Amino acid sequence: MKFGVVVFPGSNCDHDCYHVAKHVMGQDTDFIWHKDHTDLSAFDCIVVPGGFSYGDYLRPGSIATHSPIMQDIVSFANRGKLVIGICNGFQVLTEAGLLPGALMRNRTLNFICRDIKLKVENVDTPFTSAYKKGQVVTIPIAHHDGNYFADNETLKSIEDNNQVIFRYTDKLGEASVEANPNGSLNNIAGICNKNRNVLGMMPHPERCAEKELGNIEGKTLFESIIKYVS
Amino acid sequence: MKAKVYVTLKNGILDPQGKAVQHSLGSMDFEEVIDVRQGKVFELTLDDKMTKEEAEERVTQMAQQLLANTVMENFRVEIG
Repeated sequence: MKFGVVVFPGSNCDHDCYHVAKHVMGQDTDFIWHKDHTDLSAFDCIVVPGGFSYGDYLRPGSIATHSPIMQDIVSFANRGKLVIGICNGFQVLTEAGLLPGALMRNRTLNFICRDIKLKVENVDTPFTSAYKKGQVVTIPIAHHDGNYFADNETLKSIEDNNQVIFRYTDKLGEASVEANPNGSLNNIAGICNKNRNVLGMMPHPERCAEKELGNIEGKTLFESIIKYVS
Repeated sequence: MKAKVYVTLKNGILDPQGKAVQHSLGSMDFEEVIDVRQGKVFELTLDDKMTKEEAEERVTQMAQQLLANTVMENFRVEIG
């Protein structure tokens, strides 16, 4: 299969995602510069990586949404192909309207960079099928604006459709207030669209995908994608 | 022609930056402040090729499409 990793000015997790897809998972992988109108038909999964596209000016992800590549990514997603946005990539996908809701400033106003516990709420997706339902995993977060917000109606609809994929929990899988690092509604850490082919998540699975880094619980996400495509 | 766009978080959404400013004002003996909502102001300079009404319509589109995220923010447009 083939991964594409989008590069905006200010992306800084692009090389990590490229490294995991290409060297750890052994898959064909290309960078895609945001100004290129690239033919995406050769790709199976597009990764919108973390970082600070356009310096987070205006709102995180908002300027990147108007880059030429985004029109191609929207039509790629509308054809049912896989798109995953990690951290700033999640912010870009919500700004672009591919995912519902918005990511606001963290409740504490702090930039938070640490390992957190997540519960895998839905394994019936191309991104999570290799996890066990209800599995609690450790994946790092590193963000200033990860406080998930949606209006009540939207929130109810994503819960009812099982679109919440990852939730911040304690080690027993309890979505408590204490386990919520940033104030996200319903402890939401990652959601997918209705069709289950677009995923956005604040935690960084690419930072914990090889044993040299002491944690491989993010690798399972990449394994799920490869299993789905092949 | 000048236009201003005021963007603030919607009512009911916790504004942690506004709260921090409010607490700071309180600690400075401005205890009459019971709430602060922080926002952004955009000052736009437009060419003079359109009427005020047309400008208002165009700037409203700008706010909807870029300057505000209407999932979480309200905006108000002032022309002139």
